[in-house]
Amino acid sequence: MIRGVLGRFSGRSHSAKPPRVGELLEANRIEAGPDASRGVILYLEDITVSFDGFRALNALTLYIEVGELRCIIGPNGAGKTTMMDVITGKTRPDTGSAWFGQTLDLLALTEPEIAQAGIGRKFQKPTVFEHHTVFENLELAMAGDKSVWKWLYARTTPAEFEHIEQVLETVRLTERRDARAGALSHGQKQWLEIGMLLIQEPQLLLVDEPVAGMTPQEVERTAELLSSLAGRHSVIVVEHDMEFVRSIARQVTVLHEGSVLAQGSIDEVQGNPRVREVYLGV
Amino acid sequence: MSTTPFQGNRLAAALRADRGGRIFLSLLIVVAVLTPVLNLAVPGSSFLHLSGYTVTLIGKYMCYAMLAIAVDLIWGYCGILSLGHGAFFALGGYAMGMYLMRQIGTRGVYGDPILPDFMVFLNWKELPWFWHGFNHFAFAALMIVLVPGLLALVFGFLAFRSRVSGVYLSIITQALTYALMLAFFRNDMGFGGNNGFTDFKDILGFSLQAPSTRMALFLCTVLALGGSYLLCRYIVASRAGRVIAAVRDAESRARFLGYRVESYKLWVFVFSAVLAGIAGALYVPQIGIINPGEFSPANSIEIVIWVAIGGRGTLYGAVVGAVLVNYAKTYFTAALPSMWLYALGALFVLVPLFLPRGVVGAVSELRSRLIQGSAAAGTTP
Repeated sequence: MIRGVLGRFSGRSHSAKPPRVGELLEANRIEAGPDASRGVILYLEDITVSFDGFRALNALTLYIEVGELRCIIGPNGAGKTTMMDVITGKTRPDTGSAWFGQTLDLLALTEPEIAQAGIGRKFQKPTVFEHHTVFENLELAMAGDKSVWKWLYARTTPAEFEHIEQVLETVRLTERRDARAGALSHGQKQWLEIGMLLIQEPQLLLVDEPVAGMTPQEVERTAELLSSLAGRHSVIVVEHDMEFVRSIARQVTVLHEGSVLAQGSIDEVQGNPRVREVYLGV
Repeated sequence: MSTTPFQGNRLAAALRADRGGRIFLSLLIVVAVLTPVLNLAVPGSSFLHLSGYTVTLIGKYMCYAMLAIAVDLIWGYCGILSLGHGAFFALGGYAMGMYLMRQIGTRGVYGDPILPDFMVFLNWKELPWFWHGFNHFAFAALMIVLVPGLLALVFGFLAFRSRVSGVYLSIITQALTYALMLAFFRNDMGFGGNNGFTDFKDILGFSLQAPSTRMALFLCTVLALGGSYLLCRYIVASRAGRVIAAVRDAESRARFLGYRVESYKLWVFVFSAVLAGIAGALYVPQIGIINPGEFSPANSIEIVIWVAIGGRGTLYGAVVGAVLVNYAKTYFTAALPSMWLYALGALFVLVPLFLPRGVVGAVSELRSRLIQGSAAAGTTP
């Protein structure tokens, strides 16, 4: 929160908004989603973010491929959360560029526009609607026209119903569909929240520490769930738990002091002497 | 619950899941049938006879119940704690009062065919512009809906757009009703100053003193109360209703999902204000008086107390609270006039402590415990 505010006030060098004339075109472009025909869904180049002189991100450059499942690891303060904030529009970088596919400049879009364009973010702390059922939570999260008048008499259509059932299946909550979300276990809430993102059919999913506080069984199921999403969606997972990272990741990026320290398979990364020094402390 | 894709009539489905609502509506029908019979058909000598005074009293409780439902809709379901809903009630009442004043005509003390008595008394020569049209019932009926609705629209638009919420919103709603009270107290506002309006003669050509007219008004109130309940139940059971509850529980999350939270809040706030206005309009001809005291901040706080005591977020709980507290008020103010405010204060402290979900919450808890208890007794050999 405070960071977001700080980010907004810290001088940003890029000229924020596209010209008004092209606004309609712009809306169409957002609606159409990213153009990832080159096989890359996210381009982050030379991103720098400073908070009162502290460089949270320091010329960070990172590319995510379509359908990839990427794990980001790094010690506290390495800039993992700030990176997520930049991608979702919560924090504006001082310099650098961020593109969603080849056509959407993330730095020129607002938070809701970015969400609409197809980037979904799961926060660390699950925030589901506790008094609504699992089914209703997914229904609320569904994409589409959300005006009051329509929703006063709108019914859940068979197609929407089907879609919700599908997502319930994916996140394995079919049996709990009529339970109040507040009655779910911590792990189930996390899955429900992932489901609430999935139902909006995002191209890119950002997942912040999904397994913190989960039981070993829940960790295992979460790993299966995230692995099953790769291919259909591009997924970025920020996580501390090395066992978990080992179980899901094909590609791991290590952040340190705001820039990429190492990148590669988990074994390569764990074998890297610099990584062992700064992160694993060995 | 909308967990099946093809539902029949949604209101019917909502009522099937609403046990308290079914009980309330059945009781309302019983009252609607018994009251006219006991009042008009049973002779005055019989102990079963219901006096005109009692009929008016029940009518008054029902207007309050409608007002409580309006407050429960925004507070219990949308999390907007309005401490100024009495203002919308009073505005609806004033709009009805203006019509009734114009109906008096030459039967007033001063016998002026156009000007109400208080204007003659103030030496006014002409009817102020905003009094024109109120000699027609249809116009007055329109104003009963429009005036509270528009005020809520403007007020809500400014408040919700600036993201004023929580206790700050409650405080400015208090300020709103207080400002209106001060304004209506002024003689030169043209609303009768501190005396307000009274001495009404007839409505739509029927004498307000006639038992049949009073019974017709009573039945209109029954219909309005039942109708409000059904409308509110429909709203909270709709998809919009689920969004409204989502706004109550996690506003920023709902916004993040792409809902225009302000529109939802504004819509439900205006609807609630209109219901309150209609309740006020039904209240005035039965009670026979409206004055600026209706705008008093304490009145608005009392409405919230009814809802809290009955059990918020249930709709029927609001009705239970309004009737219970007002019955207690009628009793106390007659038996121990000085004790009423203490009793009200004590209720406000004790109910949240011991009955956090209100009377209906406590009853349903007791009921589920009894069922569990008997089930447990049944399984033990």
